[in-house]
Amino acid sequence: MEFFFQYLVAGITYGTIYAIVAIGFNIIYNATGIINFAQGEFVMLGGMTAVTLNGFLPLPLAIVLAVVVTTIVGAVIEILFIRWLYKPSVLRMVIITIGVSILIREIALHIWGENVRALPYFTGSSVSSINLGGVYISSQVLWVIGVGALAVAALTAFFNLTMLGRQMRACAANRDAARLCGIDAGNMVTLSFMISAAIGAIGGAVVCPITYVQYDSGTPLAIKGFTVAILGGLGNSTAAVGAGMILGILESFSIWVLPTAYKEAISIAILLGILFVKPSGIFGSAEAARLKEF
Amino acid sequence: MKGKKGMVALGVLLAVFLSGAFAQAAEPIKIGAILSVTGPASFLGSPEAKTLEILVQDTNAKGGVLGHKVELIIKDSGGNPEKAFSFAKQLIDEEKVFAIIGPSTSGETMKIKGVAEGGKTILLSCAAAEAIVNPVAKWVFKTPQKDSDAVIKIFQQMKKMKISRIGVLSGNTGFGNAGKGQIEKLAPEHGITIAANEVYDAKASDLTAEVTKIKAANVQALINWSIVPAQAIVIKNARQIGLTIPIFQSHGFGNIKYVQAAGAAAEGVLFPAGRLLVADVLPKNNPQKALLVKYANDYQSKYKEEASTFGGHAYDAYTILIKAIENAKSTDKEAVRTAIENLKGFVGTGGIFNFSPTDHNGLNVDAFEMLTVKNGKFAIYK
Repeated sequence: MEFFFQYLVAGITYGTIYAIVAIGFNIIYNATGIINFAQGEFVMLGGMTAVTLNGFLPLPLAIVLAVVVTTIVGAVIEILFIRWLYKPSVLRMVIITIGVSILIREIALHIWGENVRALPYFTGSSVSSINLGGVYISSQVLWVIGVGALAVAALTAFFNLTMLGRQMRACAANRDAARLCGIDAGNMVTLSFMISAAIGAIGGAVVCPITYVQYDSGTPLAIKGFTVAILGGLGNSTAAVGAGMILGILESFSIWVLPTAYKEAISIAILLGILFVKPSGIFGSAEAARLKEF
Repeated sequence: MKGKKGMVALGVLLAVFLSGAFAQAAEPIKIGAILSVTGPASFLGSPEAKTLEILVQDTNAKGGVLGHKVELIIKDSGGNPEKAFSFAKQLIDEEKVFAIIGPSTSGETMKIKGVAEGGKTILLSCAAAEAIVNPVAKWVFKTPQKDSDAVIKIFQQMKKMKISRIGVLSGNTGFGNAGKGQIEKLAPEHGITIAANEVYDAKASDLTAEVTKIKAANVQALINWSIVPAQAIVIKNARQIGLTIPIFQSHGFGNIKYVQAAGAAAEGVLFPAGRLLVADVLPKNNPQKALLVKYANDYQSKYKEEASTFGGHAYDAYTILIKAIENAKSTDKEAVRTAIENLKGFVGTGGIFNFSPTDHNGLNVDAFEMLTVKNGKFAIYK
């Protein structure tokens, strides 16, 4: 029984990491209807920049600056590669964002080399953990869960309660109509890239004491995050959290009963299964999905 | 008239001088190197290439070997066996190199083993797998210690610690697979029971569930066989869930950067490695000490980064080749090949090499020292 909860904790950790990446996908999808496959690179950039800055700055300041830098990168990417496209097709966007992700990875390799880096644990150390009746939880896991929860709450409030958030959603629903209402659609798209870059960077900084960061560590995270975003129903951040938990816990328990080598196959099997059975995702409505391009 | 005579005399003098100079400057010896300087195995190939550059400069500054200068041609394979294959053909057929150093990885070496044999060109591999020299191929040698010897070193240590029931984790890479195979093969004869044996994705970002499975198997020690970053993550997660048993890692752990990445979790980790990592603390009478300290210092002062055991594999490949040329007193490929085979007691960074017609690696389990991490530094385990 003690191990049951240990596997559960591991699953929640995985799930939260996946959910943070999935939320980044959702934000851009919400504003533009496109999938940004460079999302994993934002996570990597956040972690890498924070580690570098932490070399000469205190940890909180390094993380804040890393988020700022990554946000600027997000804006630059949108302005350079996305903004000038007139009504791009989904396929074209997929190819462009994959190209951008490769570009960022190569630049990161050039700047940082292939070395593995990590931030120190925010509290405690790499060996300390909190013991709850035989179940051990690393304090960093609590940081990840806490920051993840905060990010979801803040985003939900932003998209539902603020004018800017509503304008972004309006652009996603119908860009022409939004434009007629006087919304600057171009700026909204830039803003969505900035927010998702920022979320990715925060996630990258918080998880990197656990997962480490390397120039190419974004891609595997992006695949998992994408799976979770689809699983939850594209565009819905709260659903992404639910879906992240489902995938993370399933993976963790699969290790309990199956050889661990099958773990990676599970997420792909789930993704394929969902796409066949319910393309709108577990929590998405089929009605809404019909309106989406993807 | 007088002037013309002078010109002729000068011309004759010049001709005599030049022909003399030509006779003295022997053809350079061309050495090809196929290394993964970039790409996923760059942590191997990059220090190897840097090491060779230092060594070739050194040889040429001393006037070369047997009066021949050395010409080094480095080809960057990026860890890709197909590229390594075409480079090997190119080096042998077009450049007509005397010998090839590398490749950095086992997969690449296995791919070009046949090319070297067919081209009758000495190949000194810098890769670990035992399969490179077992079965023996006439022209193929390797300098890193065998993975099987690393496993034996670990099992010998376990015997001393009275450990017989273990858990094994390995990454799903060629390196992880080869290590897992050796552990499974050698465990029975060392009286070791493998109670849990799990393979994980080498790119995994958290391995808490995997180590929980090891904990549930109730074992006395854990062996992890993988490359970065998983080998740093695994020890961290193990300690976090309160797993206090001894943790053994492969000789791939021998890079101080991983220790830094793992932080406090790396303390007390045991792993077999060559002695380069502990050159400073070796006893004075150790035959390798002087060489190791010099190599580490030369490398660090030139490249401003710490020397790794991987660069040492290229160091050994090059110095063995030069020594064999000197011993053979000839630049005939066949004679030099035989000289390598007869090289005994050669002190290298990886150990003391004793080659023979049946052993093209020349190292045994004594080439490894059992190391541990103490206060963030490598130390000899006692």
